[in-house]
Amino acid sequence: MAEITAGAPTRVSDVQGHYMEMIQRKRLYGGLTLLIFIVLMVSGFMVADGRNAGGFWDGVDKIGDYPAAVLAEAWEKFFDLPGLMLKYFPALIETINIAAVSTLTGVLAGFVLAMLGTRGLAKWPRLIPVFRRITDVMRAVPEIVIALMLIFVLGGGPVPAVIAIAIHTAGAIGKLFSEVAENADLKPVEGLQSVGATWTQRILLGVLPQVAPNFLSYALLRFEINIRASAILGFVGAGGIGYELRNSMSWGPGRFDEAAAIFVLLFATIVFFDQVSSRYRNKLTEGQGQ
Amino acid sequence: MSDVAMLQGQAAALFRRKRLTAFAVPAVILVYFGYIFFAFDIAGLASRAQPANALTLASDMFSHKVHVTRSHRSGDIEYAVEGERKGRYPEGMRPDWVAEDGDATVLDLGEGYEVRILPGNTTEFDVPGHGTIVAQFDGSKVVTNLGDTPPDWVNASRTRVSITTDGGRVTITRSKTEIFNYFPGWELFWFTLESPYHGHGLFAILFGEQIDPERSNLAGAWNDFWHNPMWRHADVVWAIGETILMAFLGTFGGAILALPLAFMAAKRFAPIMALRFAMRRVFDFVRGVDALIWTIVLSRAFGPGPLTGALAILITDTGTFGKIFSEALENVDEKQIEGVSSTGAKPLQRYRFGVIPQVVPVLLSQVLYFLESNTRSATIIGAITGGGIGLLITQAIQTQKDWEEVAYYIVLIILMVIFMDWLSGVLRRRLIRGDSE
Repeated sequence: MAEITAGAPTRVSDVQGHYMEMIQRKRLYGGLTLLIFIVLMVSGFMVADGRNAGGFWDGVDKIGDYPAAVLAEAWEKFFDLPGLMLKYFPALIETINIAAVSTLTGVLAGFVLAMLGTRGLAKWPRLIPVFRRITDVMRAVPEIVIALMLIFVLGGGPVPAVIAIAIHTAGAIGKLFSEVAENADLKPVEGLQSVGATWTQRILLGVLPQVAPNFLSYALLRFEINIRASAILGFVGAGGIGYELRNSMSWGPGRFDEAAAIFVLLFATIVFFDQVSSRYRNKLTEGQGQ
Repeated sequence: MSDVAMLQGQAAALFRRKRLTAFAVPAVILVYFGYIFFAFDIAGLASRAQPANALTLASDMFSHKVHVTRSHRSGDIEYAVEGERKGRYPEGMRPDWVAEDGDATVLDLGEGYEVRILPGNTTEFDVPGHGTIVAQFDGSKVVTNLGDTPPDWVNASRTRVSITTDGGRVTITRSKTEIFNYFPGWELFWFTLESPYHGHGLFAILFGEQIDPERSNLAGAWNDFWHNPMWRHADVVWAIGETILMAFLGTFGGAILALPLAFMAAKRFAPIMALRFAMRRVFDFVRGVDALIWTIVLSRAFGPGPLTGALAILITDTGTFGKIFSEALENVDEKQIEGVSSTGAKPLQRYRFGVIPQVVPVLLSQVLYFLESNTRSATIIGAITGGGIGLLITQAIQTQKDWEEVAYYIVLIILMVIFMDWLSGVLRRRLIRGDSE
């Protein structure tokens, strides 16, 4: 008893000292990390600024010029806009179709890849790493690379874009679905196996019903992303609204009303599908929680 | 009784409905694909596709060819890898499958295929299983010994004869005779023919005697490799760095910008509903405009380059992060804030000690997720705005001949994205673990 009370004051100050030391070290580390981060950001900005054709400080007050010119011209020819939008509507439909077809095929392929690459569900467990690496590579190749190579072989048009986006979608979906399916309950699968169900039947009847809401929600999110991707691919020559946008932009002033019409169409489409998909996704995940 | 019958009826109706959807959904998808088949003109694809291009692409990606060119005017013979100026064999040097035999230059293409370049603009080509083809440019037209009906691997007209075999290709036009000999692998990847280190192995360079009297082996070899004029390794590494830089600046810049804005859009921290509503619409607008349009608008102001790409990512991500952050901020635990404010903390201190520690791990892990996907976006945006590896690869694809470079860039891009994926995973794990300590 006596020794404890005697030792207490030194211990408290010991603990306090240790605590302060730890706090200080933590602050030092935090400060250093922050400093490195700031240095990286600033030097990165300087490098990017130096390598750019026009500098940041020269361009920053010109950001509004192009939108202003487009808007002014669009305002001048306000009554032409509905007609122009009607003119470019088929191109917009093509962009949406590219996104839809590539999402459908990509999700189906990604589903199969995910099932083949998930522990406990795979048809050939030894090949799981192989399918995972395939998924990784499919996800890593940017769409634009595949699209440009296919344009060389197949000629311009929507098909190269569809294949390119579908490959990337399959890779991305394959990883996401596999993460979801890993948490699926294996009991229904075992039950189905005990009555002699084939692998396809086990997956379709044992796993799919458990994970369907989650999968559908991801697929919808992917559709939203793919609409943007398909517009960008159009810009490099794969058809659709992006292609029309590049054409109308290359005409320059005097035809800005066409660019404005396409901007409005693209913007409206993205916002529309964004809203629709987020509403349905909320519905799907809510149903799951109940 | 009637209850049972009713329940049975309901169950039967439910089953019917489920069965109907089970068949209707695939049917609708099939009908849609049918519509797409006609809308995208899949049937016409076969006529538009160029299988020859596919063949060139596939074989060029992992093989190279050496051009042997004889000018009909001067009679000079030149050897060049891929027919490029930078790959030309220096004066007096030539590949080891070329031999001199009196007046003739003999090219051994392997497997019995042999080409003899003879004086008088005459070329002889031994094709196993066919015999010897003799072709000559007589000053006005190309004459061959093939007669009126040449085999289908020969394309002959008055001004141009092209012979395509497994051993190699021979093309004779009015101005020159060209022989293409194909080899597997990427040629001159390490050193071009002008470099003294060409043909020396790694061991010889590291431990062998000094090759170039003026430079040490290691420094000289590194310099020649780094500034290899055909593969331009220095430029490629720069380009990859530029792409990662775009992703880094865009992602973290967007996150820094979005954080204060997210506070204004979260119900708990912005009591004024109008402000909240306005902020949310701003986020929706910025996201809706999309990176493509931002890139176009920004490249008008800043010109092409990595900064434009970084800013395009930054602006788009500000919208996305603003939305994600404000949702995370609405879900913070009130108790910690109350605790901090009970000590008399001012609003700013309440945010710093009550809110930030709660949300930072969640937000940072989201940001790191985006860093990886933005690396891929930066490649695509770079192709539009002219910066980074995206620009290099689109240029290489558009010239439609340097497919081995395209293959090289694709491998690098895949490695880059996988590396960023790994990096962001490591940082995220550290973050989550470091916080639980």
